[in-house]
Parts: sequence; structure tokens; C-alpha cells
Amino acid sequence: MAQTYDSIATQTLGSAVASVTFSSIPATYTDLILVVNAAMSANNPVYLRVNGLTTAIYSNTWIVGNGAAASSGRYSAAALGGAGFNLDNLNASTPFPADFSGQATYHLMNYANTTTDKTILLRAGNAAGWTVLDCGLIQTTSAISSINIYPYTGTWSAGSTFTLYGIKAA
Amino acid sequence: MPMLGILASQILGHLSSFESIATVTVGAGGASSISFASIPQTYTHLQVRGITRSLGTTTSPNEENELRLNGDTGANYSLHRLAGGGASATSDGFSGLTFTESGFGAGATANANVFSAVVLDILDYADTNKYKTIRSLNGFDNNGGGQVALFSGAWLSTAAVTSLLIYTYSGAGFAQYSSLALYGIKG
Repeated sequence: MAQTYDSIATQTLGSAVASVTFSSIPATYTDLILVVNAAMSANNPVYLRVNGLTTAIYSNTWIVGNGAAASSGRYSAAALGGAGFNLDNLNASTPFPADFSGQATYHLMNYANTTTDKTILLRAGNAAGWTVLDCGLIQTTSAISSINIYPYTGTWSAGSTFTLYGIKAA
Repeated sequence: MPMLGILASQILGHLSSFESIATVTVGAGGASSISFASIPQTYTHLQVRGITRSLGTTTSPNEENELRLNGDTGANYSLHRLAGGGASATSDGFSGLTFTESGFGAGATANANVFSAVVLDILDYADTNKYKTIRSLNGFDNNGGGQVALFSGAWLSTAAVTSLLIYTYSGAGFAQYSSLALYGIKG
């Protein structure tokens, strides 16, 4: 019997890969939580797509602190052009264990409902760089059945971990 | 015992310590508020998770969702906010309020099908030796608009929390498909 808070799947990379995908996500939960603890081959944005959708349906608004100042920005769907829900500041390009990993926790809220667009809340950061709070919109009323997360260029590094959890409301 | 810091990062050591208590989903016609009553006192912390859309147009596309504990309408609440609206980061704070807040919400003139999201924690809710601290991660994106925020609030009462009331600042209420779920976390 499923718990309220279930571990659905975990991927720990044995070698560098260009992207990580969770597919065939059961529709039996209320929210999904994706926890990332990773490094990349180079500093660059990280994108998250759902259901293989590559059209301009992703947009986001963020607030970021870099140790000196706080700022806010956003990307519209037109600006992102289908690349995916954007995270600019994961900022972990040195292989483990020489540097701090980038850590991100994505909350995909009410992911399986078929009446609303999907809202993502994200907390992320890197102890050597930035802390980020982000909110995204995915303009699809379809249930989310797959998640793909990838760095804009390069690869996820070996040792990076990605864990998907499901939370089930009463 | 799972530490709340771990829970906040959503890496849970004891999965059976996180239990669903109740869910409220707004039906056709909307609802003036969302409430959770008769909250069991058998947990250590509470978490509220969900999506909302307001029927309000006065401050739309933004709304502010307010929170009261145990029906207390006295000036016993405070609130601090860190928010990003896409152009700048802002921070403000209030004391002596008759409510605190759960988060910014999407209002009636937000793009169709856009709902705001919230993950809200009430720590040590049943502890009668402490004032109650509320923490919220919240926001919505409106494809060229919207806000994301961290809220921290306090209810200056040592009473155990037995009920929650979430309602809109505009007074217009919540739209159909708004849905909030209450969870209990055992210590």
C-alpha cells in the first residue's frame, strides 16, 4: 500500500549523461517532488520539461541572492521557446567532491489533475554561489507522466543524484 | 525522528511519519474560504500543500491569501515577506495584524487555468509552551507576470492549533479546482 510520502524512483549517475528522465510516472499521487543533488560539466542553465513537450509553454519568475544582493527576474514562454522550466543558478560545474554540488528541490503541484495548468515551486542553490526561489508555469492541463531534466550544454556529472517522490493527499 | 530541515528539502527519512489528514477541493461556484477543523493533536508539525485561484478582481492578477489559526481574530499575528515580482526583490514586515498570510495567489484576471501554489509549514503546532511559527514557500507565474515569495509568520499564542482558515484578502473567495491538503508530520 502506498505511503503518503513515497519514493517513486532514484537515479544515481555512474557516468556523465546529457539528461535524466523519469517516465511512466503513476498518476496516483497529488504532488511530485524532485530532489536534485548534482554537478555539471559546465556552468549553464538547467531545464525541466514534462511529457516530452518542447513547445513554448514554460515560463517562470524567480528571486535570487548571490551573497551581495537580491534580485528578481522572469522568463516568458516566448523567451524560453520550449526549452523548459528554467533554473539559471544551479552553478555546480566542478566534479565531486572538489566543489559544492548544486541542489534543487522541485515541487510539481497537483501534477495529475487534468483541469489546471501546472505550477512548480523550486528552491535551489549552491553553497559556493547562489540561493534561488523560483515559480514556474507549464501551460498544459494534461497530467504529468514524464519529467526530463537537462543542462543546456554539456552533461550531468557522474555521482549526481535525482530522486522523485510522490505525496498523496487524503 | 525526521528533522524538519530534511522535510523542508523534501528528503524524508521515515516516510510513514508524514500522513495526510484532510483535503479540501473547491467545487463549482467557488468557496468563500478553505478551512481545516478538529485538527488531531497527535503530530509534531503540520504542512499545507496545494493550489489556489482567487475570484477577486480588485488586486488581480495578484491576490493575497490570509490565514487565521483557531478562529483568532485578535491582533495576534505578524508577517515578514521576501518576494520577487520579476523586476526586483522586495521585503516587508508587519506586526499587530489580525491575520497572517499563507501566500500570494493568482487572481481572477490571471491567465486562464493559472493557479498559485503553496507549501506551508506550522512548526510545533500542538506545543503549548511556544508561540506558533508559520513558514511558506509560495507563488504563481503568469507568463510575463506573477510573484514568488517566502513568508514567515507568527501567531502569538501558546494554544495548540486546532483549526486553520485560509481566505482571500479581496474577500472574493476561491475558484473551482482550488485545492489545499493538510498533512501531519510525526516527531
